[in-house]
Amino acid sequence: MPAAAVELDGLVKRYGDRAAVDGVSFRVQRGELLALLGTNGAGKTTIIEICEGFRVPDAGRVRVLGADPVADAATVRPKVGVMLQDGVGGYTGARARELLELFARYAAHPHDVGELLELVGLAEHAGTQVKRLSGGQQQRLSLAMALVGRPELLFLDEPTTGMDPQARRITWDLIRRLRADGVSVVLTTHYLDEAEELADHVVVLNAGQIVAEGTPAELTRAGASGEVRFSAEPGLPAAELQASLPPGARVSEPLTGHYLVRSEVTPQLLAAITAWCADREVLANGLTVERRSLEDVFLALTTDRPDTEPAGPATGAGARLAGRAARR
Amino acid sequence: MTGVRADRLTASGRELSFRPAPGANRLPAMLAAQTRMELRLLLRNGEQVGLTLVIPLLLEFFFNLPLLYSLGTPRRIDFVVPSVLALAVMSASFTGLAIGTGFERKYAVLKRLGATALPRQVLIGGKTCAVLILQVLQATLICGFGLALGWHPAASGWEAVPLVVAGTFAFGGLGLLLAGTVRAEITLAAANLVWLVLLFAGGIAIPLSRYPGPASDVLRYLPSAALSDGLHQVLQHGGGQPVRALVTLLVWAALALPAAARYFRWE
Repeated sequence: MPAAAVELDGLVKRYGDRAAVDGVSFRVQRGELLALLGTNGAGKTTIIEICEGFRVPDAGRVRVLGADPVADAATVRPKVGVMLQDGVGGYTGARARELLELFARYAAHPHDVGELLELVGLAEHAGTQVKRLSGGQQQRLSLAMALVGRPELLFLDEPTTGMDPQARRITWDLIRRLRADGVSVVLTTHYLDEAEELADHVVVLNAGQIVAEGTPAELTRAGASGEVRFSAEPGLPAAELQASLPPGARVSEPLTGHYLVRSEVTPQLLAAITAWCADREVLANGLTVERRSLEDVFLALTTDRPDTEPAGPATGAGARLAGRAARR
Repeated sequence: MTGVRADRLTASGRELSFRPAPGANRLPAMLAAQTRMELRLLLRNGEQVGLTLVIPLLLEFFFNLPLLYSLGTPRRIDFVVPSVLALAVMSASFTGLAIGTGFERKYAVLKRLGATALPRQVLIGGKTCAVLILQVLQATLICGFGLALGWHPAASGWEAVPLVVAGTFAFGGLGLLLAGTVRAEITLAAANLVWLVLLFAGGIAIPLSRYPGPASDVLRYLPSAALSDGLHQVLQHGGGQPVRALVTLLVWAALALPAAARYFRWE
């Protein structure tokens, strides 16, 4: 059984009086994709740079592929691909292809440089100087540089920042394929949809501490996770509708003729609502479903509202998770 | 050919496998690739080419004109060529290396390379090889131009090789020490200023014999003066291996290289 891809235990990093990372522990299994989610200054980059061996923690233990990323750098680095946060971080006077070829020459079994350039959509820019590439193109080159040595573990620090939506889709597809082929990935992001789309496991950070973690489904499912609205003739018996729905659903008529069902949103819930309406020959208009997104969870967790419960549909989970944060 | 093309098209995109197969390349292959990249960037950078190739040749031409000041020698060109060679070594291994490395540090190039399989020694080795190759190019141009201007070297000049290598390590160590410890903008200013000061006060453009005795006794231990003095002894006077100049350069190298290794901050 090989060691975990990444293992952090009680990690602390201080800059002066401020703890940028304050007691963080998590584990990334082989072949897993973990997303570190948080606002700027939450400690994401500090954690990833400790894993990359650029920074030494003040306390706690780091293991990357079973080894110490600083003391065993010579054995760890050839196995790890890295995408730094700001720009390519390579020779900006070189052409895109030259820089990728250089990185390929560091590796024993590199990918074909031409194929990789094509894959990240830079084949036409192979002869362009790196400094003349757009921000999004530089990000894609940077990703190719991280991949070219066929690493078993990738650290991607905000991989899609500065990309247009199409480039972002290409990158997401690529990251999914990496994962499918067995590469372990740790990525940081402040895009919630990115974490939701890609991650097996999400760690939500706020002010250097973990405030929530789990699969995207676990995080969004926790508590009252969504609502269904529809309009119909006024004065329907809300209690009767509620009784016909799965347990936990709450039905109200906040405005005359407008109904609100709060519940975990499942296909069964929608079927039950429409069946109940059909039984009564009621036409439900404008039926809308709002699932609780990771964004709701994230905002509930990272917005500072001491001593007040977050309002709205996120209440249950927000309070529970915030309670966990307060205990730490 | 069409078959190959079709293969590539399917291999690209959908078929590429990312199954991990990590590992570092052999060190000589890395060193060769690194040297090639460093050299390519040096020759592509207009400022570097100006500093290391154009300015030395221009100075070789102008210092050979008898209108500036007397060099105290009947054949100006025999003095000028060794001086310009010393200047070229200083330009490439001190000023050029310091400025290039300083900005690589600023733009996180060194940090990014630090996250690859490339060992630091191979990075430094690649820079050293690139500078040495550049110096061969410089020497070829300067000597060729000198011969065209009527230069008669006093010796075959092989004794100059150890001097140039020792000078490269001394100046390279000082350049890396500067680049690794202060901001890139300060490195830029300081490396140019030191270059200019050493050109005139460091025994290159003006013979130290024209300075007052006490001053020249101190100045001759500057690396620029040791290199220039040594090259003059070999190439102008044909005096065999100049031991004091060589030892002076080796002492500078022995001080500067460990200091650079110790105080160099990679980001």
